[in-house]
Amino acid sequence: MSDPLLAVSDLVVDFKTRAGNARVLDHISLSVNEGEILGIVGESGCGKSMTALSIMGLIPDPPGKITSGSIKLSGQELVGMGVDDLCKIRGKDIGMIFQEPMTSLNPVFTVGEQIAESVRLHEGASAKAAHARAVDMLEAVEIPEAATRAHAYPYQLSGGMRQRVMIAMALACRPRVLIADEPTTALDTTVQAQIFDLLQNLQDEMGTAIIMITHDMGAIAELADNVAVMYAGSIVEMGKVDNVLSHPDHTYTKGLIACVPHLSTSPGPVRERLMEIEGVVPALTDLGKGCAFAPRCNAVLPRCSSDKPELIATQENHLAACWAAEAEMAE
Amino acid sequence: MSDINTQTKDIIDIQATSSLREMTTMFFRNYAAVAGLILLITILLFVFVGPLVHTTDPFEMVWAPFTMPMQEGFILGTDYLGRDILSAMMAGGQVSLAIGLAAALVSIIIGVSVGAFAGYYGGLVEELLMRFTEFFQVLPTLLFSMVIVALFGASLLTVTLAIGVVSWTAVARVTRSEFLRIREMEYVAAARSGSARDLYLIFKVILPNALPPIVVQANLMVGSAILFEAALSFLGLSDPNVMSWGQVIGSNRPYILDAGFAVAIPGFAIFLTVLAISLVGDGLNDALNPKLRQR
Amino acid sequence: MSDRDIALTVKNLKVHFGGKKSIFGRKSNTVHAVDGVCFEVPAGTTFGIVGESGSGKSTTALAIMRLVHITHGEVTLRDTVLSALEGETLRDARSRFQIVFQDPYSSLNPRMRAGALVREPLDLMNIGTPQEREAKVAELFRQVGLRPEQRVLFPHQFSGGQRQRLGLARALSTRPELVVCDEPVSALDVAIQAQILNLMGDLQKKLGLTYLFISHDLGVVQHICDTVAVMYLGQIVEVADRVSLFTNPRHPYTKALLGAVPSVYGNKRDRRNRVRLQGDPPSPINLPKGCRFASRCPVAEQQCKEAPPMLETHSDGHKVACFLSDRDLSQ
Repeated sequence: MSDPLLAVSDLVVDFKTRAGNARVLDHISLSVNEGEILGIVGESGCGKSMTALSIMGLIPDPPGKITSGSIKLSGQELVGMGVDDLCKIRGKDIGMIFQEPMTSLNPVFTVGEQIAESVRLHEGASAKAAHARAVDMLEAVEIPEAATRAHAYPYQLSGGMRQRVMIAMALACRPRVLIADEPTTALDTTVQAQIFDLLQNLQDEMGTAIIMITHDMGAIAELADNVAVMYAGSIVEMGKVDNVLSHPDHTYTKGLIACVPHLSTSPGPVRERLMEIEGVVPALTDLGKGCAFAPRCNAVLPRCSSDKPELIATQENHLAACWAAEAEMAE
Repeated sequence: MSDINTQTKDIIDIQATSSLREMTTMFFRNYAAVAGLILLITILLFVFVGPLVHTTDPFEMVWAPFTMPMQEGFILGTDYLGRDILSAMMAGGQVSLAIGLAAALVSIIIGVSVGAFAGYYGGLVEELLMRFTEFFQVLPTLLFSMVIVALFGASLLTVTLAIGVVSWTAVARVTRSEFLRIREMEYVAAARSGSARDLYLIFKVILPNALPPIVVQANLMVGSAILFEAALSFLGLSDPNVMSWGQVIGSNRPYILDAGFAVAIPGFAIFLTVLAISLVGDGLNDALNPKLRQR
Repeated sequence: MSDRDIALTVKNLKVHFGGKKSIFGRKSNTVHAVDGVCFEVPAGTTFGIVGESGSGKSTTALAIMRLVHITHGEVTLRDTVLSALEGETLRDARSRFQIVFQDPYSSLNPRMRAGALVREPLDLMNIGTPQEREAKVAELFRQVGLRPEQRVLFPHQFSGGQRQRLGLARALSTRPELVVCDEPVSALDVAIQAQILNLMGDLQKKLGLTYLFISHDLGVVQHICDTVAVMYLGQIVEVADRVSLFTNPRHPYTKALLGAVPSVYGNKRDRRNRVRLQGDPPSPINLPKGCRFASRCPVAEQQCKEAPPMLETHSDGHKVACFLSDRDLSQ
């Protein structure tokens, strides 16, 4: 592997709360290459969105703080960079799409103006050129009658259309990395499928690297190349999508796949009970020294509660942080 | 249901903390609000306990007019009739605060009722009630209350009612907007499917949840009612037989150039009281906001 | 199915919003949220309604609960015509049908303690003595997997899953014949979803409950329902039993909906070969006179645009509202 486009290594982010220090990201390392899609899955509160915000340099400080680690965009260190420089990179080199397309768009400007604004800001284009680019982008995200729709206000568009506008805005400056934080959670199934197709097509054309954050294993399976499973601020399993989903090593990943009722085209006549992951996600302020998943794990070993497992290669291109998996490998 | 134990373990450690305790903690973390509260308590002690210590009759002429403060044994001096201003401040404070509270109460009762029914029922009821509210809103408030007092005579009761009647519209608006928001919440539908009647929904379900902004509004209302009363007294439209801060200002007004202190002292008292109430109100606003509380 | 005990019958249900004049003579547009829905739910079974946002599935649920105004049609629970009840008779009948809402955060009154919340329907309907009610609440807490000691806590002291258990306990407090579940697991994390779905299944077996289950998640519906109806723009387009609907969908919309769900077993190549719906559903204000799906339908013909198809029963027991339901979509 040559130098990855975006490399996060040993990133630690702490939040000060009333209940004590919460380590929201605990030594996270991941990387994306050009033209790749990395999926990040996990339950809410596992640190998926925090990872995205750290990369964007949007951790609210205080109470949050990047304690250690590095984030490199083609070799350039982003951690500790000044606000002005970071602003130039944000939006230009790294774009982001949020979950809720209505609240992420400014309701008093037309969508064309909003896209043009970001082009002008980052590329210093003239108003006319920026508007032309905005229309081009709206066409690129397959919005019909783009020239007319550029003059529409966000409330005049449907949820799916708004998310397309968000994507157009994020891609207007041709960023090298696009972070999509639950981009389709607020959308209908059929519209979600359209947005996935769109992301895939745009990526094929522009070669953008995409970090896709979701809780939907199905979306990961059908869109991502690599996947990182997060739990309580740590990556517990990472690898090629096909392999991780078909041969998961970590108990959490196994549970996450098995607890969802998967749609089948030939359901059996008898309903089976779903597998449950017992309990709830622990509070980040009182994680023990062992594996954070141990209290909910159904394959727990004595050492799980005392030592925190490290990510180790369990299969080819496949890492897992689980003592049980390690023991199985040793056999 | 094997998950019960793990599920509840973390919850059962938490004692059933009442939301009241949380609110108190939140309130006392806000220093400005605590300062306001201390100030308010001091004023209340001065006004209600003070007369027990300092027993001079506020209406009695005890010395030469316009004795400067701290002279001849008069801590705050004497007014244009040679009456003790310290006694006047205490007696007047009782009246000013009482009118403030009573007038605020009147405006809360009218405002909450109008706002609650308008917000809950919507449609024609809302339209009629809100047009009615707007009618009161566009009247020049001071002029309107002057008309009421002038018509029905200047007594404590009419002054209180006059202030209440002209200032309830803000409460009605706040209440209505809260009701409009809360009536769409699922727990209201849940209560309705639990076969709740309209009045139960209005007063037992929606109103308690709408209270925070209303409490804050009420708090500010007390301050503005005190100012209002002062304004009416200043214009000579209050009961001449009852001492109030506004009346002290009003009666000493012609001599403001010779003996400014007689006007400045009650003015300052009003300023301090309104400030204290606003600070407390601000603190309450934060304490009653569950989003801020969870931080 | 006809010889079975039918718990709920819905005949030609219509719910229209707006269309009224204000006193200043502004006339708002009429929204046809539910437009002629018919179905039957056999006692002790789960009837699912799936659809995207704006399909009218939630409005159907609320209309059956008598929480929105019924414009037209008949809702019958056993031998009681719910749609004809008013005032006190409606209040008395409410103990027989209860609802579980989607959002466990907004569906519980934040000012009431958990015990009082569960007891509220009993208090309001004057069922039993105060002591009996307390005992009943304790029993309900145990039934849904909570501890009776937790009665003194406020809703915000529970996790999302526990709150949904509270909602379920509250709904079951009056021993209802019908429980309407409006997206009961959509707001929960995947691991918690499994816990609640299993609990609902267990309670159904134990108490013989009849569920009307509203959801947009086809996997969940497939898992928990016995019969499934697919709604589009206020109408049912297809109804069939669970196995048959998912193995052999007949309506083009059902097929497209099934195809749009990303699958854990899928991959990038699978996704590209699926039928894609274009565009968004038309607005429920200006409805087309023909089939409502015609504008997005991949196989629509001239006849589809001229008259609306009726819901007809086919030989395999499917009820489908489509002129071309026998045709293969992939051709």
